Amino acid sequence: MTAALELDGVSVDIAGRRVVDGVSLTVAAGEVVGVVGANGCGKTTAIRGALGLIRLQTGEARLAGRPVSGLGEADRARLAGYLPQERRVGWNLPAWRVVALGAPHLPPAKSRAIAMDALAEVDMTDLAERGVFDMSGGERARVLLARLLATGAPLLIADEPAAGLDPDAQFLVADLLRARAARGGAVLVTLHDLTLAARSCDRLVVMTKGGVVATGTPRQALTRDIVREAFRLDGGLIETQAGLVVAAHRQSSFDRLYGLTGSSALAAPTTDTMPSPDPPP
Amino acid sequence: MRLIAFLIIFLIAAMAVSIAFGETALTAAQYHRAFTVPGSAPGEILWSLRAPRVVAAALVGAALGLAGAVMQGLLRNPLAEPGVLGISAMSALGAAIAIAAGLAASPGAIEIAALGGALGAGVLVVFLAARLSEPPSLILFGVALSSLGGALTALVFNLSPSPIATAEVLSWLMGSVANRSWSDGLVALIPIAPGVALSAWSARGLTMLSLGEDTAALSGLPMARLRIAAVAGAALLTGAAVAMAGVIGFVGLAAPHLTRGAVSDDPARTLAPSAIVGAILLVGADLAARIIPTPEELKLGVVTALFGAPLFALIAWRASRSWRG
Repeated sequence: MTAALELDGVSVDIAGRRVVDGVSLTVAAGEVVGVVGANGCGKTTAIRGALGLIRLQTGEARLAGRPVSGLGEADRARLAGYLPQERRVGWNLPAWRVVALGAPHLPPAKSRAIAMDALAEVDMTDLAERGVFDMSGGERARVLLARLLATGAPLLIADEPAAGLDPDAQFLVADLLRARAARGGAVLVTLHDLTLAARSCDRLVVMTKGGVVATGTPRQALTRDIVREAFRLDGGLIETQAGLVVAAHRQSSFDRLYGLTGSSALAAPTTDTMPSPDPPP
Repeated sequence: MRLIAFLIIFLIAAMAVSIAFGETALTAAQYHRAFTVPGSAPGEILWSLRAPRVVAAALVGAALGLAGAVMQGLLRNPLAEPGVLGISAMSALGAAIAIAAGLAASPGAIEIAALGGALGAGVLVVFLAARLSEPPSLILFGVALSSLGGALTALVFNLSPSPIATAEVLSWLMGSVANRSWSDGLVALIPIAPGVALSAWSARGLTMLSLGEDTAALSGLPMARLRIAAVAGAALLTGAAVAMAGVIGFVGLAAPHLTRGAVSDDPARTLAPSAIVGAILLVGADLAARIIPTPEELKLGVVTALFGAPLFALIAWRASRSWRG
């Protein structure tokens, strides 16, 4: 079966600097794939390249097997929905109107009904008529996520959908995306919260300096070595009664400088089965 | 729809009042005569002097109100107005060159030169809008084009051999719909009609742009074409307005703001009411220009600026809440 999204050796230059370097990944129907990595590692640029929003220097991005560069605007929208990291809305539109923009081709009554359903999914029915400027940042983020859901596209790409949300809303976002995957959708999501990523994604793609350093299940992708390389942190995944948790602490300046791991590794959680993460000293 | 119907009734009432009153006060008997014998002296005043002038004011106001709403939607900027992309300035330059070249006496020469300036600038801006999708780059370019237009107009003053021509250019730049005929109105419709059509077609793209360029690009709407339609439509409307009445500020800036609250901020639904509000504002301003007793009739651009600036400051103060985000 054709993957909903394939990146094949994709590189992107911005202002003469290589920001994304030979990234390959696939997202198939029914799975949630998370992209994690430090700030500036190229996550957002890779996604924009995947969607044809930015020119690729090398490689190819395909949506449902078709090169994105050859897709028309309507076809591209039919195949993929996108929630950018930027949450600015230009005008103080009521929430339901923002969400209805996810389905702009439908007759007004139908797109309003879809918008109300999507607002119910993100638990925002009460604020449907409220202007998006008159909301908290987290509420607005949920409205914009509802717009993504309202697209009904087979591939949903969400850039930092959980940033700035309260813990309950972060789980809600993860659950909603998982629910889409369970119904046969493909989901690509970037997350900074590694614990949330480990719990909500089927597979993780770990990026650093524009490239992919690991791909696999959360257990395969968040090993100590990879966490150290991608995030310059000492730590890793541990199993707790509440689920997977990533516990880590910053490397000392000495280690950061020389890439050493010995002394810090001792202070980090040392087994993968610790009952709860100890705070770093 | 109810809002639009209400605004149209209000506009018709404003136009009726504006035709009925003016510098020459008429008696009840004269009004009666104007209606029964349109060719009589009072009839001439009402139907040949005031009515075409009021219609011209309404057309120019509507064009500016619509162009302002399109620009604010396209650039997602509450400070945008029809002149923001430099089209007014280049249009004024065209008119200034025509006047300085001594063409003022040839019928239609100034109008054609003004429209030519607007279209030249419009083509340039459309060309850029197709490449620069981010509003700030387009605004910066517009500022540059405006400054260039202003500088070249100043150069025309500078090199103009006759002070009379300079005074004429200045007077024209201050804006007026005095002495417009019915045929002027009909001619203005030639650029206004496609301008309205392009603006209306771009409307849904404007609403989608509230979510930012990336989201709009993936919305499935033909954004590249809608963006060009918005710029081209606004350029035609602005050019038509400047060609017909000179440079008139504030209407294009204020009309969308006066409207926005009633349509819950939706850029697409701001367009039609903003056009009608623009027409009402300019019909009112033209009436004020005529009935305020001054030795020389006030220029329309002067009236809109004098009344518009404080009014706009008030709106801005009250609306500042919605400019966040």
